[in-house]
Amino acid sequence: MSTARIAVADLGSGNLRSVAKALTAVGAEVVVSADADVVARADKLVVPGQGAFGACAAELDRGGGALRQAVLDFIAAGRPFFGICIGMQLLFGSSEENPEAPGLGILPGRVRRFADRPGLKIPHMGWNRTARGPAAGAGVADGAFFYFVHSYYPDPARAEDVALTTDYGAPFCAAVARDNVFGTQFHPEKSQAAGLSLLRRFASA
Amino acid sequence: MLCKRVIPCLDVDGGRVKKGVRFKELRDAGDPVLVAAAYDAQGADEICFLDITASSDGRNTMLDVVRATAERVFLPLTVGGGVRSVEDVRALLLAGADKAGINTAAVADPDLVRRAADAFGNQAIVVAVDARREPGSDPLRWEVYTHGGRRPTGIDAVAWCERMAKNGAGEILLTSMDRDGTRDGFDLELTRAVADRVPVPVIASGGVGNLEHLYQGIVDGHADAVLAASIFHFGESTVGQAHDYLRARGVAVRDKVE
Repeated sequence: MSTARIAVADLGSGNLRSVAKALTAVGAEVVVSADADVVARADKLVVPGQGAFGACAAELDRGGGALRQAVLDFIAAGRPFFGICIGMQLLFGSSEENPEAPGLGILPGRVRRFADRPGLKIPHMGWNRTARGPAAGAGVADGAFFYFVHSYYPDPARAEDVALTTDYGAPFCAAVARDNVFGTQFHPEKSQAAGLSLLRRFASA
Repeated sequence: MLCKRVIPCLDVDGGRVKKGVRFKELRDAGDPVLVAAAYDAQGADEICFLDITASSDGRNTMLDVVRATAERVFLPLTVGGGVRSVEDVRALLLAGADKAGINTAAVADPDLVRRAADAFGNQAIVVAVDARREPGSDPLRWEVYTHGGRRPTGIDAVAWCERMAKNGAGEILLTSMDRDGTRDGFDLELTRAVADRVPVPVIASGGVGNLEHLYQGIVDGHADAVLAASIFHFGESTVGQAHDYLRARGVAVRDKVE
């Protein structure tokens, strides 16, 4: 088992505890914190987010923006980053959910709302099958089912940033990857063995 | 394609599973954490706890149950029963629940759902609706009941579900009080009336006595998810068998979990 020290950034998200427990279950040493110094000292960083994009972005900027800067520095230094749900969406510059709220701007593209169409319930809630995309990388299974719950989805500008895709009314990006950055729209911490497998891969890489 | 969900539901009273769960493989079928873990192993798509504890001491016991469950079961967990305030929702989510179910309190204060959804996102808020057919109504009409199905409100159930979705409910847990406990199958007309009208997912509940009822709830009732208690608790069927049954009949469900 890895002994990598993983910081879980506290953006006030309701799934914080579940993410920390899932990482602990796959053998990681986990510290949950909103402190920029703790983030800076960690080997790896997980950013879970739930609720609204704007609220999560505001948490990055609380107290002068030290946490936002720490996350940006962490990613710029090439250290492993895993974003979950809105924590992944924050990798983009902005979201249609709160267009004025700034994301991290790491990946080009945008975060869009599912189009209203008859019979398509929003939020997209439940288990959906994923397929590998160009950025999937070794150890990411094809055809795995993950648990989703969201009304907005990532739309990367570069096809080569797409790690996983799924389908809800139309195909969309379910996970992104580029260099040291990985992010999922679904919740690995709530996706049983398939989700734990992704977290284990991150924790022990 | 999004899978239809099969959700076992446990009634929890003072930290113990209420009605006789009979699991041969469990040394303590009254422990909700162990029962949840058994359903996890069967491949349940989510787990639902309904807290039927009357006392306030018991509420803290429920939070302990949720914490212990979230430590070993990596599945979405909905907890309802006695949720009266934004603080109650917060406590459940921080303990490890993914969704909080609001029932009676939503009728007393419809704006509570909006405040809770603003605070935690609509994905975290399930509005639970207990509905009963109005005898002789034509077209069919259902009335919302509160306080565990004992108190009539005069509110039309379909209109109420629409209003709750508008207020920020991310999902509707719809229980037929006429069918609950009967094992005669869902009230399919009720399920379909609501599922076709609201823009958010609907979980059908109340009346499941066999696996065909689950199929009917999805295909005839248009439910996005089906909830059942006794067929799973008494070991008549596993969640895996429910998935197999639905898959064989062409319903999109999750593949076997190894």
